[in-house]
Amino acid sequence: MGYSLQFGWLYEALGAIASGAGMTVLLIAVTTVIGTVISIAGAAARRSRFPVLRYAITAYVELVRNTPFLVQLFFIFFGLPSLGIRLDPIIAAILAMTLNMAAYTTEIVGAGLDAVPRGQREAALALGLRPRQVFIKIVLPQALKVIFPALTSQIVIMMLESAVVSQIAVRELTYEADMLQARTFRAFETYFVVTMVYLGLSIALRRLLVAGGRRALGAGVS
Amino acid sequence: MIEFTLWDIVRNLLLAARWTLLLSIVAFIGGGIVGLLILLLRISAKNALRRFASGYIALFQGTPLLMQLFLMFFGLPMLGFRIEPWSAAVLGLTFFASAYLAEIWRSGVDALPRGQWDAGASLGLHYIQELRLIILPQAFRIALAPTVGFLVQLIKSTALTSIIGFEELLRTSNAINNATFEPFTVYGLVALIFFVMCFPLTQYARMLERRTAPH
Repeated sequence: MGYSLQFGWLYEALGAIASGAGMTVLLIAVTTVIGTVISIAGAAARRSRFPVLRYAITAYVELVRNTPFLVQLFFIFFGLPSLGIRLDPIIAAILAMTLNMAAYTTEIVGAGLDAVPRGQREAALALGLRPRQVFIKIVLPQALKVIFPALTSQIVIMMLESAVVSQIAVRELTYEADMLQARTFRAFETYFVVTMVYLGLSIALRRLLVAGGRRALGAGVS
Repeated sequence: MIEFTLWDIVRNLLLAARWTLLLSIVAFIGGGIVGLLILLLRISAKNALRRFASGYIALFQGTPLLMQLFLMFFGLPMLGFRIEPWSAAVLGLTFFASAYLAEIWRSGVDALPRGQWDAGASLGLHYIQELRLIILPQAFRIALAPTVGFLVQLIKSTALTSIIGFEELLRTSNAINNATFEPFTVYGLVALIFFVMCFPLTQYARMLERRTAPH
């Protein structure tokens, strides 16, 4: 029995694939923005004077980094309702993705903060800047420049991992693929096409981030 | 209706965790073997082979593991193989791991000074001997911390095989959850079991990293 590949269904499926890809892009865009902000706050808090805060951030980072994303997603979507917290699938997905990514990027941002020489902070303070200004205007931009490649990789990894939020019925790219293959009975071809879409998305996302990073942080970002 | 005590849940989850561990180990070994081959291509003198290896690595690092598993699961039967969740899971994770391990080890090879190759050649070793005796042992040592770090990632990735129907920890917990309606407890315990498997390795990787740090 031979199996011949057929792609005739593809033309009609383009709309579904595009809308799924749109949702995937939306998820990663929201996650990137919120996740980066949280990780900057987390990294700063981890270096603060308050031990309780430091321990809490460390515990959060270790907990997230040592458990699978899919389990975190199920815990948030299926587990939290028994505490009375019932979330819409999209909100649950964004929450899970943000918490997951922020745990990794907190470490990355922290490494960047540590890489900025102490003299930079002292010089800024000597110029009469307030501590908050020193952090936002002097230390953070330099730190972000150092860690930009690692941050970019982490965002791309999160985009690829977001495929599993199809399991809680968020209508993103993988979910649309599941629906399509159930309708066309062309599982291999469907997943093949969608895999290529993911590949294109990850290449495009990386280029976009590098270009955006160059513009925001100046030359030397790769 | 079957009544589940907490102990029943824990016992069933621990039994299922054996499959998670076994899958992780098999995929790590398989990924190591295939990854070594990809590494050899990646550092070979032939341009075409290097390109192929780079493409292979970029393909697996640029697409979701879930898609790779689906393609294994649905693609292999077309080639005439009878495929079940276990073999699709092992093959999918093996290829996934091979791409990452090849890339990690290549960074170890790249970190070696050029003089190591020259020294090997001047001792009259041929290419394979040079790799086996001089280059790879040093490269593996340099890349040990990220390799252990990747093992953690691989263990966590086995959770995805539940989606193609492999009966590991997460899939078993879904079934238990459907019977007990205690998702908070069940998924909390699953997270805890994964944590117990991964955390020591994470700490070990961190220790190695500190030891090999330049300062």
